[in-house]
Amino acid sequence: MSFNYIGCWALFIKEVRRFYSVAVQTIFAPVISSLLFLLIFGQVVSSEITAFEGVNYSQFLIPGLVMMTILQNAFANSSSSLIQAKVYGNINFVLLSPISPLEFYLAFVAASVVRGVAVGLGVLVIGWLAFDVQIINPLVVIVFAILASALMGSIGVAAGIISDKYDQLSAFQNFLIVPLTFLSGVFYSIKSLPETWQFISHFNPFFYMVDGFRYGFFNQGDISIVFSLLVTIIFFLGITMINLILLYKGVKIRN
Amino acid sequence: MADNNAVSFQKVSKNYHNIEALKEISFNVEKGSFFGLLGPNGAGKSTLINAMSGLVTPTSGEIFVNGSHTIRDYRQARKSLGLVPQELISDPFFSIKELLRIQSGYFGLKGKQQQNWTDELLERLSLADKRNAITNELSGGMKRRVLIAMALVHKPEVIVLDEPTAGVDVDLRKTLWEFTKELHQQGHTIILTTHYLEEAEALCEKVAILQNGELKALERVTDLVSKHAFRYVRVSLVANEQNNDYNQLDKNLKERVDSHSATEIVFKIEKELSLNKFSQWLSICKFKIKDISTRDATLEEAFLDLTGAKK
Repeated sequence: MSFNYIGCWALFIKEVRRFYSVAVQTIFAPVISSLLFLLIFGQVVSSEITAFEGVNYSQFLIPGLVMMTILQNAFANSSSSLIQAKVYGNINFVLLSPISPLEFYLAFVAASVVRGVAVGLGVLVIGWLAFDVQIINPLVVIVFAILASALMGSIGVAAGIISDKYDQLSAFQNFLIVPLTFLSGVFYSIKSLPETWQFISHFNPFFYMVDGFRYGFFNQGDISIVFSLLVTIIFFLGITMINLILLYKGVKIRN
Repeated sequence: MADNNAVSFQKVSKNYHNIEALKEISFNVEKGSFFGLLGPNGAGKSTLINAMSGLVTPTSGEIFVNGSHTIRDYRQARKSLGLVPQELISDPFFSIKELLRIQSGYFGLKGKQQQNWTDELLERLSLADKRNAITNELSGGMKRRVLIAMALVHKPEVIVLDEPTAGVDVDLRKTLWEFTKELHQQGHTIILTTHYLEEAEALCEKVAILQNGELKALERVTDLVSKHAFRYVRVSLVANEQNNDYNQLDKNLKERVDSHSATEIVFKIEKELSLNKFSQWLSICKFKIKDISTRDATLEEAFLDLTGAKK
């Protein structure tokens, strides 16, 4: 079957313009929130926590905060757009069109990548200006930034499809995304945790994205970069499969 | 499926948990026709329309739009169909002009020619001066016009209007029907659901009546009305006459009263009942009659009888 490039592009651009039209809320506010984290944790408690060898805590913190911002905003983009479209009913404009489930999915995920990377870049630039953080392996940083935002955009699509109301989506965000993000090693190296918590942290898929991303900055991490990359890719493919099944079956949107 | 069908429903059923919203609905809508889909609230009209346009997946059965299966060949089916939904959908982020451009993009349409068509739609639907307005800021009537424009961006052959005149003022209703008639004359198939049965009678050539998810009737409007077993006799009475006492009506007449007021009684009588017999009964009463007229049933009366609903 042919691919509706124009349709997919139109939906992607629409999604990008949607978040750009409220940039204060969708781009600048998350950047400011991350900077507050950086100020509090980087300046106030920096001497209390051990970071990597040769890396001070503020520098260690920046990649984690950038990745946290990417994860949360990429998720928020697709999930909030979908729930809004469902509540307003304007999702029907897309559903009535010849856009396929794959095109629908790709457009939403790609827009999430743009927002995730844009907000992450904002935090990174300010972090770089303030703390002179260096990127040793830019390719790894780019790959993890794109993969992580795609994965979180994908989880956001699933959450947006499954949720019928804002409070259901909010539960998804507050009870799943935020705890998994905070416990993924954004603020600490898991090596500083007791063994049991180190073991448990390995079951948190967000940990691999944060650790892989941080590897790009310092050429060192808690686990192998290849393993982090593999876990992230497998997780992304798994969520993609679930989304495509939901979309092809029309679960909660064509019922 | 015969080539002459714009839409073909084949044993379409839809269940919501334990509720059967549609029960094996089968009928065809001919190409180029003006077709009415009627039924009381909850009859299944919107479910059927949504199944046809891909917003709802039927539990069983098949639907073809212009020969394309709505699930197997959904791209072609959706390109052939434009739906004006019942709900006043809006988008708080985009202007009317932007929404039309985005919607055109979904259908793979762009460029100067498409731009000209969307400009024409804006002009034709009196939206040109509102092209930069956000849909949330518009009145209900304006939102309805936007939805019509959205449904027409891809020039669909089949246009479905789901209660388009609900809550719409007289002026917009007139504009809307003129535009719809024009589209019909250009060869588009129009499928209309409405609760205003006089509109359906004036516009539709054929109607399907749904009730409780079942197809109750599928007839040409003229046939449905002529098949109706009753005719209506309107007896106008001279005003302020003491003899015009409703209670003194003959019992044969009383049981055939459809409605009455101080100066008028409308009887609903069987078509096989001779007017001689009716006149005989009427002459027994001492009413001072000013005028008598008869008429056939309207679509609304045929509909009410068929569905068992009350006026």
